[in-house]
Amino acid sequence: MTTAEKYVTAAYCAIFFVVLVYVAIIALKLQRLEREVDELVHKPAASEEPERETVTVG
Amino acid sequence: MGQVGRLARIPLPALAAASVVLVTTALAFVFFVAPNDQFLGFSQRIFYFHVSIAFTAYLAFGLGAWKALVHLWKRDPNADLESYVAIHQGVIFGVLVLVTGSIWAKYSWGHWWLWSENQLVLFLVLFLFYAAYFMLRYSVDEGPQRANLCAVYALFGVVLIPVSFLAIRLSQKFIHPVVFTRHGANFGGWIMVTYLITQAAVIVLAYTLYRVELAGKRLDARLRLLRESYA
Repeated sequence: MTTAEKYVTAAYCAIFFVVLVYVAIIALKLQRLEREVDELVHKPAASEEPERETVTVG
Repeated sequence: MGQVGRLARIPLPALAAASVVLVTTALAFVFFVAPNDQFLGFSQRIFYFHVSIAFTAYLAFGLGAWKALVHLWKRDPNADLESYVAIHQGVIFGVLVLVTGSIWAKYSWGHWWLWSENQLVLFLVLFLFYAAYFMLRYSVDEGPQRANLCAVYALFGVVLIPVSFLAIRLSQKFIHPVVFTRHGANFGGWIMVTYLITQAAVIVLAYTLYRVELAGKRLDARLRLLRESYA
């Protein structure tokens, strides 16, 4: 490999690396959003009042 | 519906597929079709992506400023977020311009950076200006005041784009290769074809990333509203 080829390879690897890191960050963020949506989906069920026992009146 | 409206309706999977196809084609052209440059030799292959990324960074900063203007003009609540995402893309592509440019400079000039080069310094000023945008954005509480401040800042920065792009072309003293002069492009044939394919690939890739990030930010904002309504 010539010196010029090494530098060209380094430049293209740098581009690939930066785009990859960017996509990874976006993927992590989407994972976090998914987790938060899951938490919200399960929240109403947890906060619902416990069912009261029915009693006959009168 | 305008061109922008039509662009926004293209589904993300289609955009992602187009990015993959175009970037792969561009890489094939760069390494297997384009001939070696007469003066710069093999190292000139860095320029196909370096120049395309630089133009795309200018486009992203321009889009950010345009959306900032739309925000100030029409008070469109989406425009602030779109301006922010466009500037974010511009900064990421700006990093790539600086990195690939420095790698080429080290090979050709023997230096990673030359402070005497106007084009380099002006691009760095533009990059740092927009990098500081994020410091401003995150130092002010969320709300209309932050959106207005950021919009005004983004609009000021757009002045630097023509300065960075054109001013050094009027200067006689430069060693940085100038791809586009007042008389047109400095190349033709397969080099031109390869450059055009690469430019299209980088623009489509940038637009795809812009749409993905924007979708994530909008989802985050909606989720926050939903969480507040549950609280």
